[in-house]
Amino acid sequence: MTADVTILHVSQHYAATTALDDVSLTVAAGEFVVLLGPSGCGKTTLLNLIGGFAEPSAGQILIGGRDMAGVAPAARPTTTVFQDYALFPHMTLAENVAFGLRMRGMGRDERRARAQEMLALVGLPGGDDRRPHELSGGQRQRVALARALAVWPDVLLLDEPLGALDLKLRRAMQDELKAIQRRVGTTFIHVTHDQEEAMAIADRIVVMNQGRIADLGPPRDVYLQPKTLFSAEFMGEINKIPVHAGHSPLGASVPGTGMLCIRPEAIGPTGSLPLGPARLLDAAFFGTHVRARYAPLARPDWVLTVHLPQTARPEPDSVAELYAQSYVLLET
Amino acid sequence: MKPLAWAYLALAYVFIFLPVAVLVVFSFQDGRLPVPPLQGLSLRWYEKVLSDGDLMTALGHSALVAVISSALALTLGFLAAHALARVHLPGSAVMRGLLIAPMTVSYLIIALGLLALFSQTGVRLSLWTAGIGHVVINLPLCFAISFAAMGDHQQAAERAARDLGASEAQVLWHVSAPMLAPALAAAFFLSVTFSWDEFIIAFLLTRFDVTLPVEIWSMLKSGLSPATNAVGSLVFLVSVTLVVILELTTFRKGRA
Repeated sequence: MTADVTILHVSQHYAATTALDDVSLTVAAGEFVVLLGPSGCGKTTLLNLIGGFAEPSAGQILIGGRDMAGVAPAARPTTTVFQDYALFPHMTLAENVAFGLRMRGMGRDERRARAQEMLALVGLPGGDDRRPHELSGGQRQRVALARALAVWPDVLLLDEPLGALDLKLRRAMQDELKAIQRRVGTTFIHVTHDQEEAMAIADRIVVMNQGRIADLGPPRDVYLQPKTLFSAEFMGEINKIPVHAGHSPLGASVPGTGMLCIRPEAIGPTGSLPLGPARLLDAAFFGTHVRARYAPLARPDWVLTVHLPQTARPEPDSVAELYAQSYVLLET
Repeated sequence: MKPLAWAYLALAYVFIFLPVAVLVVFSFQDGRLPVPPLQGLSLRWYEKVLSDGDLMTALGHSALVAVISSALALTLGFLAAHALARVHLPGSAVMRGLLIAPMTVSYLIIALGLLALFSQTGVRLSLWTAGIGHVVINLPLCFAISFAAMGDHQQAAERAARDLGASEAQVLWHVSAPMLAPALAAAFFLSVTFSWDEFIIAFLLTRFDVTLPVEIWSMLKSGLSPATNAVGSLVFLVSVTLVVILELTTFRKGRA
């Protein structure tokens, strides 16, 4: 069960604020899309509009080609995995998972079988007579996922579902979430503020800022070829060098005017774009890389952050010629 | 200081329970009057009371009125609390206030008001009218307890239930009410206790079929007898049982 989602010129205004400002987006059937952005960027608002928990001030939302205006959450082909799980504490796990089926009038035995199948899918086979309070956070998350998937939704909405888990568990759940999505084929729309999580699971990332879409594309594109400065900064650490008519304070540069953005790992002793000599300020071993900070000789008040290979042992105060291997020039 | 404190505590409890203790002790009086001296222990007054048809009928009426009026008060109070906790309406603070206000009005005034209303509209006095009176006094209590128990936790679960296809009635029945079960049980048992003990409303709003407190009052008119003590003891026993059930089930669960 899967369907595409089309969002056409959707705006959402609250009393004095604009939560969404003319957002248009198309999500293909079976796609795993992540809405990424800082708190207050409108990502959760958009999710709520798709789920039917609020009606947009303007614009249209189509699911599987059907206009969702005025359609209650219960009647939409969507289900939601909530941030706080929102499990029913007075029901067993199996009853929780089977709740939606019960509301649809499915018989007891069928319900039970489907609940067990779903619990097995999320890695919680057996033990379905336990109650939510007996479970760990990660297990509750799995039950919430099973409950939402049990009713064969066309679109599954996930509202920061991994936010309450510790880092290690979050990374493990990301992999599972991705695997489950592939297996069921349902369209997943997932909200998070964690860009690593977004890159780990998304087919496509939608970066949002101040109620608008700042960038969208596959993780690789959004990270390496961001379309806006906001997206470049939000996806990870970045060095910014102002360029005016092909010239930067560090010498000749790329043609054009704007902000030259270079990821720390794209700077090194070789590359296509020379950044001139720079003096090492300090360096620290980060496990996967050495994080070094350089001050260009042309602008000693600037700092370039560079990720050197794990094996590098740069000398303090040494001067090195730096080059950028990949970069992007963005409008400011 | 310590012995003094204990003495104070003992005195306080004696003050509270001496009347009840005297009532219970003299219900076993082997004599015609429930006053000292105690002339020996006997169960004959209980036998008399339990074989008294009018009394037993009144006891049944009391139980019926208590259970039905409490169930009705709880249902109405819970629905009102749910609506006012979940939906933002203009003037919801005023509506809350108006729902709780009857708590501050004396039972006598409520009974007089209802009596006037019923005689104006030609409703004949019966156990039903007394039951309506008990709904009036217990509805604010049930509303207040339900409203206080509503939290964000239930709200999130209700949202999830709606998302999974539950209608509003199904949300209330399958999610909201079970999640609030401890508070709803507390409200119900307190209402039953209040209705069970209530005299003025039952006295003014019943006619031929009466509740137990009214029947006891008419017994008292013919003078003191250990039989009234025996009935009183039985009423007290029922109330205590309800409170103990409440303590063991509801309040204990609420703490866990």
